[in-house]
Amino acid sequence: MASATIQPVRVTRSALWRMRLELFWRGLKTNWALFSENPIGLIGLGIILFFGLLAILHPILMHTVWSPNIYDPVSGFDMQVPISPSPPSLRHLLGTDPLGRDVLSQLMYSTRYEFGLGILSAVITVVIATTVGAFSAYYGGIIDMFFMRLADLVIMVPLIPILIVLAAFNPVGMIELGVVIGLLSGFGGTTIVIKSQGLAVKVKPYIEAARIAGGGDFHIIFSHMVPNLMPLSLLYMMFVVTGAIFSEAVLSFFGLTQIKMSWGLMINTTQVFGYLLRFDTWYLLIPASLAITLLCAAFYFVGRALDEVVNPRLRQR
Amino acid sequence: MWRYLGKRIFQMLITLLLFQAATYFLLDAQPGDIADLLTSNPKIPPSQRQVLRHELGLDKPFTTRLVAYIENFYRGDLGVSFNQYPRPVMDIILERLPRTLVLFLTANILAFWTGFVSGKILAWHRGGFIEYSSTIVGVTLYTVFTPWFALMMIWLFSVYLGWLPPGKFLDPVKWISAPAGITANKVFIGMIWAATAVLIITFIGFIISNYLPPKTRPAVRLGSFLVPAVLVLFNWWTSAAGPYAWDILRHLILPVLTVTLIAYGGTMLLTRTSMLETLREDYILTARAKGLPEKVIRDKHAARNALLPVWTSLVFALGASMSGGIITESIFSWPGIGLTLLNSALIGDIPLAMGALTMVGIITLISHLVVDVGYAFLDPRIRY
Repeated sequence: MASATIQPVRVTRSALWRMRLELFWRGLKTNWALFSENPIGLIGLGIILFFGLLAILHPILMHTVWSPNIYDPVSGFDMQVPISPSPPSLRHLLGTDPLGRDVLSQLMYSTRYEFGLGILSAVITVVIATTVGAFSAYYGGIIDMFFMRLADLVIMVPLIPILIVLAAFNPVGMIELGVVIGLLSGFGGTTIVIKSQGLAVKVKPYIEAARIAGGGDFHIIFSHMVPNLMPLSLLYMMFVVTGAIFSEAVLSFFGLTQIKMSWGLMINTTQVFGYLLRFDTWYLLIPASLAITLLCAAFYFVGRALDEVVNPRLRQR
Repeated sequence: MWRYLGKRIFQMLITLLLFQAATYFLLDAQPGDIADLLTSNPKIPPSQRQVLRHELGLDKPFTTRLVAYIENFYRGDLGVSFNQYPRPVMDIILERLPRTLVLFLTANILAFWTGFVSGKILAWHRGGFIEYSSTIVGVTLYTVFTPWFALMMIWLFSVYLGWLPPGKFLDPVKWISAPAGITANKVFIGMIWAATAVLIITFIGFIISNYLPPKTRPAVRLGSFLVPAVLVLFNWWTSAAGPYAWDILRHLILPVLTVTLIAYGGTMLLTRTSMLETLREDYILTARAKGLPEKVIRDKHAARNALLPVWTSLVFALGASMSGGIITESIFSWPGIGLTLLNSALIGDIPLAMGALTMVGIITLISHLVVDVGYAFLDPRIRY
């Protein structure tokens, strides 16, 4: 008897799982159709893919074509280049920096870490902001008040000055930086946006239905509210990535981080050796600056395009 | 309104206290205190160091010191700079605060005004070359790596064209022969007062002109700006400090332009989006149906409503602008709070860094209050 009752349940479960996957797939397809209508989003995605390719290519090149002694981004040195910095040549496509290191290799090597930093801080932000936003919206009252006042406090403090002070007195690497930026934006503005969306989700009929069906608070929050807040969180992830890459570049440019190689540090090296305002050594300044600008812009573009997917009022119809 | 204002100021004070507690905690967590600095001479025995620590109250518990720090802060005593040793932090900050405030305020007001006006016009001329090119310019300004952008500005205006000085607050060569009574700060504060007076008179003129018949309005508005401006210029022209004021002004143009352009992109894009949303509302259709002129629909019906989201975003934009200001200050060597913060942080001058950070926090807090109060004036639906 017992096994007879379990059997149909199992069947429905597997069907439900398949149905969910199908729904997810269909949603993805419609959203992609909406997303791809917007050329700006596609341009952004293209730039991100290009940088992703650079990041993947670097270790492959290091293991095949580029000899580690010459092309290592941190400690490489080319004996055949008499004067450093040297302009672009066939041997060094973007020239060498004042210490004789290959600029293209530095650029590609840093890309990986910029992505890592952006993704780390974005994931931390999204986890915190979605959880806190959902809880504040669902419970209201004192929890809501506490987190909203905390968010007000965090918004009021400008990010770069705080990071300057933190980084100046503590050794800050990529991971620490990602965690700090993630925490600050997770408890800051993103939470407020997610919470206001959460208030709208909370009064939807399916939440009431879930409660009537006997779902507990945690069940409702994590399996009904959070999935419906996720699109908005994803959108804010993009903006956090932009902020994180930008902040790291600024701090490294000021020489405040303990990072071996990054785009900001490349500009810092240029500054330290006094090649900043000279246009004959453009290959020291322009590639790194352009990379920062382009990658930040790309994530911003994707964010804007996602905004139109998530927020139907913005669509051009 | 007053009740709301009181409540907001009370909240602001609490926020400031929390911020100070957090900064003090940061300060306290750093290795090295003033006792280390004063007893860094190896001939001083360690026991003497303990005595000094006791005398300075550094051996007291954290909370006692925190309360003392906050008490001293409100008495205007922020401690003594480690690097410029006997000079109090408050003294340094009071010297540099006006320089940052001028940069921050001028740039933000200019950026907001120009961004709003151009965004409004862009939304009206939808499609075509103008829209695409302006969107590209706006997005570029919004996402460009600020230090690089500032460097490009220096390169263009002072290296390539040679119009403006590349940085710093003044030209020391010029100031060496300055008469005894003229100091940089005195001249600068005089300039601030003059500019404020011109702005206030212009503002009053604008308000008065709203009650006059429409035909005389432009003349009154122009006059209320030109008359005080010419008077002030004439006054500076004839005074001995005139050339020195001109020197400071020349150095001010490029940083202000840079911060303005950085802040401009975001405002312009947001105004455009907000206008596009507003233009789809029913009351715009009604206004068109009534046969109102296009300019009236744009400026009175659409722009007024499109202003609200732009103003809201100003809360976020101001923080970003403060960060942008710090980057700009350090690249142009503009000796404001931001450069002070960066330099003191780089050499480990903890009291000065904390003082500067607190000042940055206070500037941001006050500007947020202004934005929130302004919101009540802009949106008749919001009454506090």
